[in-house]
Amino acid sequence: MSYHTTIDGTRWAFHDLKTLLAKASPARSGDALAGLAAQSAIERVAAQMALADLPLKTFLNVDLVPYEEDEVTRLILDSHDLAAFEPVSHLTVGGFREWLLDTRTMTSHLTALAPGLTPEMAAAVSKIMRAQDLIAVAAKCNIVTAFRNTIGQAGRLSTRLQPNHPTDDSRGIAASLLDGLLFGAGDAVIGVNPATDTLQDYMRVVSLLDDIRERLDVPTQTCCLGHVTTAIQAINLGAPVDLVFQSIAGSEKANRGFGVSLSVLTEAHDAALSLARGTVGRNVMYFETGQGSALSADAHFGIDQQTMEARAYAIARRFTPLLVNTVVGFIGPEYLYNGKEITRAGLEDHFCGKLLGVPMGCDVCYTNHAEADQDDMDGLLTLLCAAGVTFVIAVPGADDVMLNYQSLAFHDVLYARQTLGRRCAPEFEDWLQRMGLTDADGRLLEKPASGAIGPAIAQIETMKA
Amino acid sequence: MMRDEPQAQSDQLVVADKLARLRRFTPARIGLGRAGSGQLTATSLRFMLDHARARDAVHAALDFDSIGQSLCKRDWSVVAVRSAAADRGEYLRRPDLGRRLSPADRLVIDGQQRGNDVVIVAADGLSASAIETNLLPLLDHLRRLLLAQAVSIGPLVLVEQGRVAIGDEIGELLGAKLVVVLIGERPGLSAADSLGAYVTWRPQIGTMDSSRNCISNIRPAGLSPEDAARQIVGVIGLAFKHAMTGVLLNDFRGADAIPVIGPRE
Repeated sequence: MSYHTTIDGTRWAFHDLKTLLAKASPARSGDALAGLAAQSAIERVAAQMALADLPLKTFLNVDLVPYEEDEVTRLILDSHDLAAFEPVSHLTVGGFREWLLDTRTMTSHLTALAPGLTPEMAAAVSKIMRAQDLIAVAAKCNIVTAFRNTIGQAGRLSTRLQPNHPTDDSRGIAASLLDGLLFGAGDAVIGVNPATDTLQDYMRVVSLLDDIRERLDVPTQTCCLGHVTTAIQAINLGAPVDLVFQSIAGSEKANRGFGVSLSVLTEAHDAALSLARGTVGRNVMYFETGQGSALSADAHFGIDQQTMEARAYAIARRFTPLLVNTVVGFIGPEYLYNGKEITRAGLEDHFCGKLLGVPMGCDVCYTNHAEADQDDMDGLLTLLCAAGVTFVIAVPGADDVMLNYQSLAFHDVLYARQTLGRRCAPEFEDWLQRMGLTDADGRLLEKPASGAIGPAIAQIETMKA
Repeated sequence: MMRDEPQAQSDQLVVADKLARLRRFTPARIGLGRAGSGQLTATSLRFMLDHARARDAVHAALDFDSIGQSLCKRDWSVVAVRSAAADRGEYLRRPDLGRRLSPADRLVIDGQQRGNDVVIVAADGLSASAIETNLLPLLDHLRRLLLAQAVSIGPLVLVEQGRVAIGDEIGELLGAKLVVVLIGERPGLSAADSLGAYVTWRPQIGTMDSSRNCISNIRPAGLSPEDAARQIVGVIGLAFKHAMTGVLLNDFRGADAIPVIGPRE
């Protein structure tokens, strides 16, 4: 089946659905790299016009990645909730955009709709939405999850404290961790990307994080972002694993590149649940995604990178995760070339994740070979806060000394709290006050008293590497 | 807001002092202080300087002639080639071209001696200074440790504008059992000279990243070339024993680190 539109007497045709979606995508280097991007600005708008006229239910009858070949497609179509889809089943993609923006469409409607949407529908409508639309609709979504605290309530912004160290030195990790806590960061998760993915290292890192969390009685969760199979082994050996982490992508083949499948993720999910370590909730999974990961594994099936990214959220929601984030600027300039493309992608990913019912956060970040800088990150953080992002990632001074890229600084989170009025998770907020780190109004003290953090800092001096 | 009590003030000094002392355990930017929610002026400008350095490192060109001469003096048989990426701009936008040899250089590689156990490839990647600083000391240790294990080593292939996966094409053409790609990693703010080593069993075009093992952060202030060589040879030993590399090799790992992460090139 072909799709077409006519502009000023010129007929623009797109020979299949994935071509239409790709050509309708706002410009980015990754789609050009894949040879999928629109060849001109007018061709892009023509595709967007044709896409706007497309009935939303078309996506239930066309499998972009063949059903027989791909377990992600099977998951998407087999778990589709037709009753939930009913309120928008008569709409075109363009009509769906207006339905989403309509003031009568409230949080409860969006929550009920989520299981009725496929990732391809979310991606399609995002392609004809401006940044403002992506923010306005995402801000109406509300997805609350819980483990040892409650994440995602309205008006809240949580943070992953990412105390990475180039060689996983325990003292170095602990030092960055305490630096972050003093800034009030870490309510989403305290999560370390290990420099080495060995079982021994994984066990040591999760034990270290758990030990500090317990000693300071922090109402948060910890995570070592090793491979999911390492996590399963660690759980079997009795390691204190709160959240199980895995990078995921939008096709079975791409996930094979990560060394995972739905069955491995199911095994990990079951293993983490069996520990029953959550006190206020049972969301035990943590996923990271990012546009371009499928293409980089040559597993994109001729589909644009933003649609492939949205498909990863279908995997995420299957496992009711505590946290999901796009590592938006990490992948590099061949997929998102500059600050403008990174900003657009961050807003799209957040919107699609939220629409599909996923507790979506963002690693607001860039690499040194991308055309981006701190100003771009300040912009994206501010826009994401307006959109109600669930959480962001923060490191000391915006410099991740292990992964060699720039994420947000603890300072930047403080900016979001003080200037944009975003509060942290309620249980964590109470803890900050108990610890004497914030004043009666919840504002971080310029110079807190030593309290319990002082001895914890002193203890690092006596720790082993 | 109330002024702090004198007792609390001395307490605060202890916190700030103790946190500052922890800087010896990590290169991370801890204990920075703040101006409201912002960074202090000196800290903010220092960050911009580091970013400027990293940006310049990405775009610097490696002096392949000089490296080649140094290697020849150390009795390496060297073959210098280029990837299919014509220049830095194309290299950054088209990783697919950086993963393949230029057509002319494919013929050059094809003309080399085949069938060695191990082929070592050194590529500029995203940091010329990573190769300049670390390649020679790392190779000294690598060769000593590999020869002690009676492993035959093919010619050293130097690649301009290369990415990790170019080792697959080179290794396949040379019929190597295993390829080690030493490549400049993307510069960070703290380190612009970090080298990565990617070990791939039975390399062939299209090998997935999950089928490699990586030893990362090789530089004087990170993983030392000597320790890195030991880890690389450890992985190579396991690879030959189990006829594989990648995520599955972790099932056999010992005390030595065998990380599996995507290429940071």
